[in-house]
Amino acid sequence: MTTTKSKTVHSPIFTDGAEFRISTFKLLKQDGSLYKGGKAPDLGKEKALRIYRAMVTTRILDERMLAAQRQGRLSFYMQCTGEEAAVIGSAAALGDSDMIMAQYREQGALAYRGFTIDEFMNQLFGNNKDYGKGRQMPVHYGSKKLHYMTISSPLATQIPQATGYAYGQKLAGEGHCTLTYFGEGAASEGDFHAALNMAAVHRVPVIFFCRNNGYAISTPASEQFAADGIAPRAYGYKMDVIRVDGNDVLAVYQATEKARRLAVEENRPVLIEAMTYRLAAHSSSDDPSGYRSKDEEAIWREKDPILRTQHWLKSHGWWSDSEEKELQERLRREVLETMKQAQKRPAPALETLITDVYKEVPPALNAQFEKLKAHIRRHPDAYPKSANDPAITGKPASTQKGEA
Amino acid sequence: MAKMNMLQAINNALDTAMAANERVLCFGEDVGIFGGVFRATSNLQQKYGKTRCFNTPLVEQGIIGFANGLAAQGSVPVAEIQFADYIFPAFDQIVNETAKFRYRSGNLFDVGGLTIRAPYGGGIAGGLYHSQSPEAYFAHTPGLKVVVPRNPHQAKGLLLAAIHDPDPVLFFEPKRLYRASVGEVPEEAYQLPLGEAEVLKEGTDVTILGWGAQMEVIEHAVEMAEKDGISCEVIDLRSILPWDVDTVAESVLKTGRLVITHEAPLTGGFAGEIAATIQERCFLYLESPIARVAGMDTPFPLVLEKEHLPNLLKVYEAICDSVEF
Repeated sequence: MTTTKSKTVHSPIFTDGAEFRISTFKLLKQDGSLYKGGKAPDLGKEKALRIYRAMVTTRILDERMLAAQRQGRLSFYMQCTGEEAAVIGSAAALGDSDMIMAQYREQGALAYRGFTIDEFMNQLFGNNKDYGKGRQMPVHYGSKKLHYMTISSPLATQIPQATGYAYGQKLAGEGHCTLTYFGEGAASEGDFHAALNMAAVHRVPVIFFCRNNGYAISTPASEQFAADGIAPRAYGYKMDVIRVDGNDVLAVYQATEKARRLAVEENRPVLIEAMTYRLAAHSSSDDPSGYRSKDEEAIWREKDPILRTQHWLKSHGWWSDSEEKELQERLRREVLETMKQAQKRPAPALETLITDVYKEVPPALNAQFEKLKAHIRRHPDAYPKSANDPAITGKPASTQKGEA
Repeated sequence: MAKMNMLQAINNALDTAMAANERVLCFGEDVGIFGGVFRATSNLQQKYGKTRCFNTPLVEQGIIGFANGLAAQGSVPVAEIQFADYIFPAFDQIVNETAKFRYRSGNLFDVGGLTIRAPYGGGIAGGLYHSQSPEAYFAHTPGLKVVVPRNPHQAKGLLLAAIHDPDPVLFFEPKRLYRASVGEVPEEAYQLPLGEAEVLKEGTDVTILGWGAQMEVIEHAVEMAEKDGISCEVIDLRSILPWDVDTVAESVLKTGRLVITHEAPLTGGFAGEIAATIQERCFLYLESPIARVAGMDTPFPLVLEKEHLPNLLKVYEAICDSVEF
């Protein structure tokens, strides 16, 4: 049985989708004023400042940590720079108990939810306070208490997982939804298609948030897809869709707030395509000068989402230059001090090598661990990170644990 | 007790699990009103509703991605892949996501509630793509459990254990035995241990080890060998990962000989792993080389599948060769 309600024609007419032109929703001009006819969401001063502080925190954290990587203090880093409005504007429109399943460049959402600089640092340095126990590369954050799923490097795998997670939320009936972030490059993966199709078929409260930042590492969007961006794909799934200026925090917020209502109240999944630009390199291992021009970057630097938000706050009298200076100085200081402490903390216990593979360590893995310990005891100098581990020395260790 | 075939036992296990816990969900291609192409999920949608037992679109990576998310959320998904041959689009979700969920998050999140069911194996004229035994691919992935039942009683007890287990489990069902294997199955809930092999028959001359549908082949081969006066000890491994080294090693220390058989191709098959471990544990006690009787290193054939498969004659010959070495 087909579900197509198609009218019949008697000559071979092809269509190319050109009739579906998707416009871009914008509220805020770069000078902080609103477009004519646009109505800003009713954020209130407190929430507006929570959003703004998270944006500045993310920017400064990214600046300092990239510098730390360049100094050799950190193995790897990825910046959110240029995309703070897209990430934080959307996270702010969710309930704080809604699940976020991110790709990897969305530390702004965590900052908004209150992940502390100390928590960021512990993950980045993979020390004994890292919730992930030093198992993943830097920026693979996760927080159970903040409903932020631990990042996994394979692209797009989180998208069908978000559909499943949200299906469970729908059955639980507590009014929560899931938002998943991904780039326009990841949207080429099969997992993207699987996730959107399943969400539409099963009417799942999930928001698919695409950060179309122009590049997948070096591959420009023009070599990623032939269509008009990612948004038109929603029609193929019969899904609500909106394209929004990703550097416009008010438009992103309002679009996501409405999307959340569709998802939670009507079980309608939504695709949001946020048009933005990855001002930073893909990662600390990448050099964009090989594939894009300084002129192009300069055009987007003019559209800086943080400055745009700042102008808007100032127009309300909610923010001043002195507050800006104070915030930036405090954050820089905090990042540096916290980094020093995090760097000094020891590596995770040797035992974390074998725990959490399964709930209980299987006998064969325990046997491998015993063999390893005996080997390290014979060659302690070759294993400086674990030679003094309690599993090797037999002395108890002091452990510090907080809520993850 | 009731007489059931393996499909009825599996269906009964799913029914039992869904009745006991409303968070248990069954889904996959055609599992809804139709009850699955083999009917393992018959009547579950009628009984528990469309939200708990449903069809998915035809996309294996989506089914397992969806299942991973559900399990992370705290649901207890039992996802069906229609044939083990079609599990490969979901390989990334299983190997990179399911298996690593707990480890990579430092135990903040896990998908321990997940069970993936898939019919596997040959002997049904299924050709290349309805016959494969992919257990060894997954046995190479820490974080997964891999279980294969041999008969209806085992299928119900092991499947219920898999569903309750705090780690994700791949449950490969020997489809050749779905209707062919019939036996007494308790109607109430019960679980059989994961990670434990079972000694089905004690003997002194040689140990024969297998799992799933191959246990039936072993049974007949051993009958022939015993007529020749060879005393065989028979072990069903049941769990491929983690596997019960102690039970196998203890047996081989006694018999001094080991024949391992599986349908999957010889090279890179799980018998190789077992042979390496057992020679390490039992080196000075071995009376003959550890023998592997496996599928040939070819894609699974159609017309010549009997020639390809490790049938009872091949297993019988391997037993004789091992004893006469």
